[in-house]
Amino acid sequence: MTETTGHLISVTINGATQQHVVDDRTTLADFLRERLRLTGTHLGCEHGVCGACTVIVDGAAVRSCLMLAVQSDGSQVETVEGLSPEGELGPLQQAFKDNRALQCGFCTSGFLMSVTAALREGPVHDENHARDVLSGNICRCTGYSGLVQAVLDASKETDGE
Amino acid sequence: MKPGRFTYHAPRELDEALAMLHEYGDEAKVLAGGQSLMPMLNFRLAQIDHLIDINRLPADLTEIRWAADTVAIPALVRQRHVERSPEIAAALPVLTAALHQVAHPQIRNRGTVCGSLAHADPAAELPTVMSILDASFTVASARGTRTVDVADFFQFHLTTAMEPDELLLRVRITLPPPGTHAAFHEFATRRGDFALAGVAALCHTDPAGVVRDCRIAAAGVSSTPQRLTAVENHVIGNTLDDTVITEAGALARAAVDPTGDIHAGAAYRQRLTGALVRRALTDIRTQQEVTRD
Amino acid sequence: MSDHAGAVKGMIGTSVARREDDRLLTGRGRYLDDLELPGALAAAFVRSTFAHANIRSIDAEAARALPGVIAVYTGADLMEIQKPLAPKVTHPQLRDHPRLPMPPRAVHYVGEPIAVVIARTRYLAEDAIELIEVDYEELPAVGSTAAALAPGGPMAHEGDDTNIAVTLSQSAGNTDQAMRDAPHTVSAEFTVTRGGGHSMECRAVAARHDPATGQLVVWDTTQSPHYARQQLSTIYDMPEDDIRIIAPPDVGGGFGPKAQFYGEEVVIPWVAKKIGRPVKWVEDRSENFVSAMMERSQTHRIEVGFDDEGHLIAVRDHVEHDQGAYCAGLQVPSITTSTVPGPYHVPNIHVELLACYTNMVPTSSVRGAGRPQAVFAMERMMDRIAEHLDIDPALVRERNLIQADEFPYEVGITFRDGSPLTYDSGDFPALLSGTLDRLDYPNLRAEQAELRAEGRLVGIGLACYVEGCGLGPYEGAKVRLTNRGRILVTLAAAGQGQGYETVYAQIASDALGLDMAYIDVTTGDTSKIPFGQGTFASRITATAGPATYQAAQQMRERLTETAAILLKCHPAEITFVGDRACLDGDTDKAKTLLELAQVANVGKHGITLPKGVRAGLETSAYFAPERAAYASGAHAAVVEVDPDTGGVTILKYVIGHDCGNVINPKLVDGQVLGGFAHGIGNAMYEEAAYDADAQPQAASYLDYSLVSATEVPDVELFHIHTPSPLNPLGAKGAGEGGTIPAPAAIANAVEDALRPLGAPRINHAPVTPARIVDAIEHAAAT
Repeated sequence: MTETTGHLISVTINGATQQHVVDDRTTLADFLRERLRLTGTHLGCEHGVCGACTVIVDGAAVRSCLMLAVQSDGSQVETVEGLSPEGELGPLQQAFKDNRALQCGFCTSGFLMSVTAALREGPVHDENHARDVLSGNICRCTGYSGLVQAVLDASKETDGE
Repeated sequence: MKPGRFTYHAPRELDEALAMLHEYGDEAKVLAGGQSLMPMLNFRLAQIDHLIDINRLPADLTEIRWAADTVAIPALVRQRHVERSPEIAAALPVLTAALHQVAHPQIRNRGTVCGSLAHADPAAELPTVMSILDASFTVASARGTRTVDVADFFQFHLTTAMEPDELLLRVRITLPPPGTHAAFHEFATRRGDFALAGVAALCHTDPAGVVRDCRIAAAGVSSTPQRLTAVENHVIGNTLDDTVITEAGALARAAVDPTGDIHAGAAYRQRLTGALVRRALTDIRTQQEVTRD
Repeated sequence: MSDHAGAVKGMIGTSVARREDDRLLTGRGRYLDDLELPGALAAAFVRSTFAHANIRSIDAEAARALPGVIAVYTGADLMEIQKPLAPKVTHPQLRDHPRLPMPPRAVHYVGEPIAVVIARTRYLAEDAIELIEVDYEELPAVGSTAAALAPGGPMAHEGDDTNIAVTLSQSAGNTDQAMRDAPHTVSAEFTVTRGGGHSMECRAVAARHDPATGQLVVWDTTQSPHYARQQLSTIYDMPEDDIRIIAPPDVGGGFGPKAQFYGEEVVIPWVAKKIGRPVKWVEDRSENFVSAMMERSQTHRIEVGFDDEGHLIAVRDHVEHDQGAYCAGLQVPSITTSTVPGPYHVPNIHVELLACYTNMVPTSSVRGAGRPQAVFAMERMMDRIAEHLDIDPALVRERNLIQADEFPYEVGITFRDGSPLTYDSGDFPALLSGTLDRLDYPNLRAEQAELRAEGRLVGIGLACYVEGCGLGPYEGAKVRLTNRGRILVTLAAAGQGQGYETVYAQIASDALGLDMAYIDVTTGDTSKIPFGQGTFASRITATAGPATYQAAQQMRERLTETAAILLKCHPAEITFVGDRACLDGDTDKAKTLLELAQVANVGKHGITLPKGVRAGLETSAYFAPERAAYASGAHAAVVEVDPDTGGVTILKYVIGHDCGNVINPKLVDGQVLGGFAHGIGNAMYEEAAYDADAQPQAASYLDYSLVSATEVPDVELFHIHTPSPLNPLGAKGAGEGGTIPAPAAIANAVEDALRPLGAPRINHAPVTPARIVDAIEHAAAT
């Protein structure tokens, strides 16, 4: 990732604004993982389908494998590490745990970020809606039933706040 | 799956972007949402020397523009923005319906409407929907700005009427007159997949229920979105009764000549196109009934 | 949802929350690519673009000259490690073609590694790959088993006169005679397509060589670290103690392909040693599509003979199995041959399987491992028998099921572990009737008739199976009281998300009589336990489980013995309260685990141990089952088909599952439901298509359809528990039962739904919309 050209970017990662020099082609995902060592964001397919690398950029869930690091200049980026800065599980993470919504955990960060963004848009009241919210991420382990229930539980939790 | 080497440019002004496109021509690619381009770069299927990121262009390119009887969607309007626009849902519900079926929210959050149109995938939803609307494409280059009608815009698989130095600045849609209903139906293997086939249909009906204008376009069956004029001509002048809809489906099936692939053969796609035409017209009939009630 | 009806005792049988979850939910998992290896270089492989070709030359000069590139090695540059990667399971008659780590002269599938680039970053390594010119002499390629067996067709390996690698057969009774005498026979041909494991984390290997100690440390996403060490020890001609394989604490799914051993695992550590710097290779998805082993592709030509009531008299199955370009092992075809009879009395059976070389990625186990195909063939035939006799398909199954009082049940053929196929325990009628009850089956059939009268295409599909699991040879566990006073359970087995850190603490907790809070579990590091086999074939709970239980029981004896000496009492008077070994439960008359460790482990330099205390609180046990255990189950699908699009809606799905005693019921549910999602993929979506030239046609997730939450239906899951008599926990395997019968159940349901349209035949999995519509049109035309 150390190539000749460089762009100075200022990006806010999980609330902390940082300056970095990045090259032309490093993806946001690789920048997060390798430069910032935020390895909670995972690469599953690098073509935008599996969703493991999903992060939130300026409020919207996006694939970090399909964005360049240089494009994040001036943005607010949220990663899984930002969901529990104190190490305590938040309501969504707790709902994942309670409902066995993860096994190998590799896809989990992407699901958490997708669902976090979706719940900010509004509550998820029924199973079909939950499945729709989850459909942009692939999990190979769980068969999704725990994820569906986790979304519904977390929605209830946040709805009540 | 790391992109090859390129020089990244982020012009702040349109003139600057167009000057770059002029200078680099087909050595450059425009990066808007990047949801089609970035996978191709990661697979190293696309090799480019210059990537011109237009996301830093002035903010007026990010807003939907309304005029008396038109709506313009400029280059940087994200698909999700259009999908969630109540005004679009009211004026062009077929566009909202089609956008719901484009991939997943995470893709639509970045992907732009114009980017999808410029990418011109014949199986994609947006080119097909534009093909039944009065849509015109404003393309800009350092040489000037011109307007291309939708009928001339899509030329081939991933190929449009744009020159390498041109940028799709906006798509402008003339809002359909009252009495118009439209529908988009597709069938995909999974939620969010490219459609095995898709159909966009629009009917303008007179107060007596006779169809005066009809446009039907199919996705995934040709190298561009395919207008089904034989079907349209059959529907025009008729009311959308069961017979007409059935006949339209049969005509549609015969009107397309798709190629098969690993997901479905040609005959299947023909049959599917017929079924989707029936569905779209039935949907339109239902909308007509609701309007009349 | 699910209901378990097992007895609960202590921690075993309790759905405790997983210990792994907190780190995984906060982005603190430790997957291989997350490892910080200072100075590590990145590797990328040049892979064959042809399915079959001779390599004339490789020009890597431009790549070597690229700034940032440290080295490029072709196969010919590394002749010292070009030794065959032996088949995992072989056969005396196997015509084996050596699978070399990075073949120097010829390639036999698209994706085969032929050179490796080592560079400062993966970006640069991929740049270098583009500069490497390979001159191939293209040869005709074999893109299917049909092509492999076609007379006069091309050979997958030059110089061969047949593409058949081996013929496996199984026989019981006199099938020819019985088939001739049977009042009825039906036959059919079924094809199951290639599919992959598609763990969300691809494969990865990192390695560091320390010249000072001679130690080669290899981080590997493998399911079988000890197997990998044994292979490397042989190929490198190094003592096994000089090679340390570590499967990282977090591996992003395995599902079979990571249980195999690959050329990349040989090349990367060797190159790290050669260069003298750590090297990391993380397979990307485009590589995974063309180089991780796959499975499934088989064609079954099956004939069944039966009487007027549908009792099976004879089964004859002729199987074409796609072994791929090389034989990585015969476990899959072998399992297929023994899975055909399933839960039924089959007095006469003959299964013959031709394992064919093709020019595609080698095949090996993928979740289900040869069983889904056999179940597909057999269970489709149970429905065809019912159709032929015009009796209910549930009734045909009921009439043929092995009964609960017939165990152990000898099938008369041999399982892949080498032992006679002998079902250890089960209650197949209870599984089927439980499944039918949850469907409200008689009413459902009545409802189906009404819907059919309305023109709706609703179908019901059943599928039963028996799954050999818990295979030998053995698995081990070490239990140690650490010097910091905690119990450490060390397993050779490596986890890929199953929750080992939780499950084995539960087992040890019960055996020790000690709270789980004081027990840690570590897995998958060859330096921590000398022997092991690996996580595959749904075997770990039934092998490492008993080993853990036994080692922990021994540890309990050691702890109570030591405490009793120090407390001057009898060991039987010791119980644990928290981390204290107490006399009669009195916490004032107690020794903490830390104190016991201080005495027996840490000791005092030069000072004699207290009289009677045995040094070193460490125990170990290896459990070797006398033969495989057999899990079983029944699936039922209710579907509606849209004849216009071929779209299938799953209206209801029921799974009855029996994996014996369970340790953590919710984790078992997760295994079954996750396996089911994979099964739905095999049933309806996943297809690793190749063209006639053996070029892969589905090499991205745009073309290879993995199911998302919108494709997997809600499942009503129930369990029965018939303990295995073969191990002290009574456990069987749970990892694959969700997958195995799903394609058969879905295909049966779809065929049932379509029956009013002239009985179109659904003979191919996955059952895609296009195949359904084609079948409808074919039936309409004939």
